Amino acid sequence: MAILIDRNKKVMVQGITGREGRARTRLMLGFGTNVVGGCTPGKGGEEVEGLPVHDKVSEVVEANDGVDVSVIFVPARLIKHAAMEAIDAGVKLLVLVPDRVPLWDAMSIASHAKESGAEFIGPNTLGVISPGQGVLGMIGGRAASAKGWFNEPIPGHTVGVVSRSGGMTSSCGYYLSRAGLGLSTLCHVGGDSVIGMPIPRIAQLFQEDPETDAIVVFGEIGGSQEERLAEAVASGRITKPVVAYIGGKAAREGTRFSHAGAIIEGNRGTHAGKVEMLREAGVTVVDGFGDLPEATVSVVGVPAS
Amino acid sequence: MPEGHLARTPGEAAELVRKLGGRAIIKIQAWVTGRKALGGVLIVNGPDEARDAAERMLSMTFGNFPVEELLVEGLVDIRDELFVSLSIDDTGRCPVLLLDTEGGSGIEDRAETVARILIDPRSGIDAEAVRHVIVKSSIDAGFHDQLVDAIVRIVDLARTVEARSLEVNPLVTTGDGKVVAADCRVTIDDYAVFRHPELGIEIARELDHPATDLERIAYDVENADHRGTFYFAKLPTDGSEASKGLIGFHGAGGGGSMMSMDAASSEGFTLANFCDTSGNPSAAKVYRAARIILAQPGIIGYFGSGSGVASQEQFHSAYGLAKAFNEVNVSVPVVVRLGGNSEERACEILTDACDKLPGVVEGYGKDDTPAACASRFATLVREAGDIAPDHHRFIPSFVGEEASASFPIDGGRVWVDIANCDDIASELVIEHGGGLFELDEQGHPRLAISEDEAAKKDSEFVACEVECLRAGRPIIFVDLEIPGLDELLLATGEVD
Repeated sequence: MAILIDRNKKVMVQGITGREGRARTRLMLGFGTNVVGGCTPGKGGEEVEGLPVHDKVSEVVEANDGVDVSVIFVPARLIKHAAMEAIDAGVKLLVLVPDRVPLWDAMSIASHAKESGAEFIGPNTLGVISPGQGVLGMIGGRAASAKGWFNEPIPGHTVGVVSRSGGMTSSCGYYLSRAGLGLSTLCHVGGDSVIGMPIPRIAQLFQEDPETDAIVVFGEIGGSQEERLAEAVASGRITKPVVAYIGGKAAREGTRFSHAGAIIEGNRGTHAGKVEMLREAGVTVVDGFGDLPEATVSVVGVPAS
Repeated sequence: MPEGHLARTPGEAAELVRKLGGRAIIKIQAWVTGRKALGGVLIVNGPDEARDAAERMLSMTFGNFPVEELLVEGLVDIRDELFVSLSIDDTGRCPVLLLDTEGGSGIEDRAETVARILIDPRSGIDAEAVRHVIVKSSIDAGFHDQLVDAIVRIVDLARTVEARSLEVNPLVTTGDGKVVAADCRVTIDDYAVFRHPELGIEIARELDHPATDLERIAYDVENADHRGTFYFAKLPTDGSEASKGLIGFHGAGGGGSMMSMDAASSEGFTLANFCDTSGNPSAAKVYRAARIILAQPGIIGYFGSGSGVASQEQFHSAYGLAKAFNEVNVSVPVVVRLGGNSEERACEILTDACDKLPGVVEGYGKDDTPAACASRFATLVREAGDIAPDHHRFIPSFVGEEASASFPIDGGRVWVDIANCDDIASELVIEHGGGLFELDEQGHPRLAISEDEAAKKDSEFVACEVECLRAGRPIIFVDLEIPGLDELLLATGEVD
């Protein structure tokens, strides 16, 4: 098993007729994702990659006897409406790809999702990929690349990756695969400060996934996700080995490097504070990103070749 | 709110204090907290005292921000002080109100007793929850309704302007029975600024310095083109004399960029800027980013590196970079880590298109670490010795010629050198034009689609330009505007 996406999940795309929506639908299909259709208001009746396009989410849901995941590629200013529509149509997992989603919109989506028992990844996420199963969003790019970069699970030597940086999600997957490890799922939680499923939530899913043997975390300065992960480990809710790298050691307080979430405010969310808490909880924290594969191998081992 | 006005000079401050009846409070308008302890908040008795105080305050500087404005307010006869602060709780994914009925002084030490009220972002704050805190305080019951109403309205204001934080410290009750917001600071969510033209925010970005001209230019570029992320900020460069020199930095993705910046710093360089183009940016956007990075005075090299395993097709970036480096005839060494989809093609485009430039341009892939690339970059900079970077932009002579064909696209114009279009050159354009061109009766390339359709194909035209250049027949030129950049380079004497 993998988490969040596997080959059986029915996936739809909102904004499927746009530049990104169209291109990413092709790549998701190419990787084997079970994309069943999509919608764009006013474009019902068209086709994208041989898939039917509807006007509304509810029409896609109805036509397919339910949809498990909606990947949303509409512009940031329209995302609130699109997400609310998907939640109201009964979709339980959303992937909000766009960057620059207004904070109060993200919070409104979170509030409505909670009420309706739905969850979401992002906003500002590259997506989720389960090698050999499927991909949500734009992670990995071309299917041939993604297949070459990311190993499929290897029994007893399989890690799940959760990252606050989109690009580094792929990097983690690539370098861990080169080191001989298998991968269950790679998840980019999104770069914003208010996100649907933060690191501790994803780690919990990996904890419950029988296929995942260890959890690799690419954390960053700012916010409290790493601290909450440390608490989950310390309290015994996460018992699988965790290996982490925390980026942004040299960043100055108050400086923001693209990720809205990666800003240090006051003494909250500092690099030193996160590393200390994680180490105290028993997490292996590496100082250099380049040390991550080796440290992970030393925890789960690689199959004898 | 108390009666108050802004003063920009000591004279204005004195006049305002006179109008307010001779006693007033003067506060600096600066992005710092704890202004009182810093001498930035003073009560004055009369215009003369006001002038002296204002003189002192207007000479203050916090970080890179000089104090330019003072708020002169009438005094308030304070009975009770409350601390009211709204912020965003990333764990609860909702706004949270911190409320304390003993005022803000020493609030950090009373963290345990401060009331925390979670707010539903859609419906606002529950007035009863606020009342529950107020009635337990020692504040005279006659103020309770007014206070609850004021606090509910403060939260509504935060929703209306989409604040990331809003602090009223203190909210006070007065001797004459009023409730007054005696001081307030608001931070607006930069992603929502587009919905609030009424706030008059010019650059929706937190910077630790007043925005530079180059940052304004970059910000306009970002706003004009939302295909992918583009972010540019100047970095503090104090101490750069002691380092190996100032370099331009071009990252891709926040996490990978931070790591790559660490790698360049470890090699002893000072980074002039932070820049991120990611999320599948267009070639045109990457081109503009590169031109802006290259426009910085005094940089002795150009280092590009991000996550290194990019999901986007990297050749778009390679085309944008190659065009920028050719236009300025780049003389400083360039190392760009282009790892990710189609990295081999991307590296080949970049190095091949730049192989005749005075500066060495090298591309690397995902198996080359940021540290290894930074080390190679350091070697190239050392070998290059003392070079004076040139900021001249070279525009081919056929641009603007009557004999040349041209048509407008979004943010610029495409030029075709018809006078030098033999069969071979024309075939090149067709081959690399991605269906945008066809041959006319004379065998010259012309647009195969309508100008409307062509308007958004800036990146495809850039690709065609660079491919013709690689083939040794530069007969296409895409003149992409970067409003304000040429003027800035002229004004600062970087070009003449």
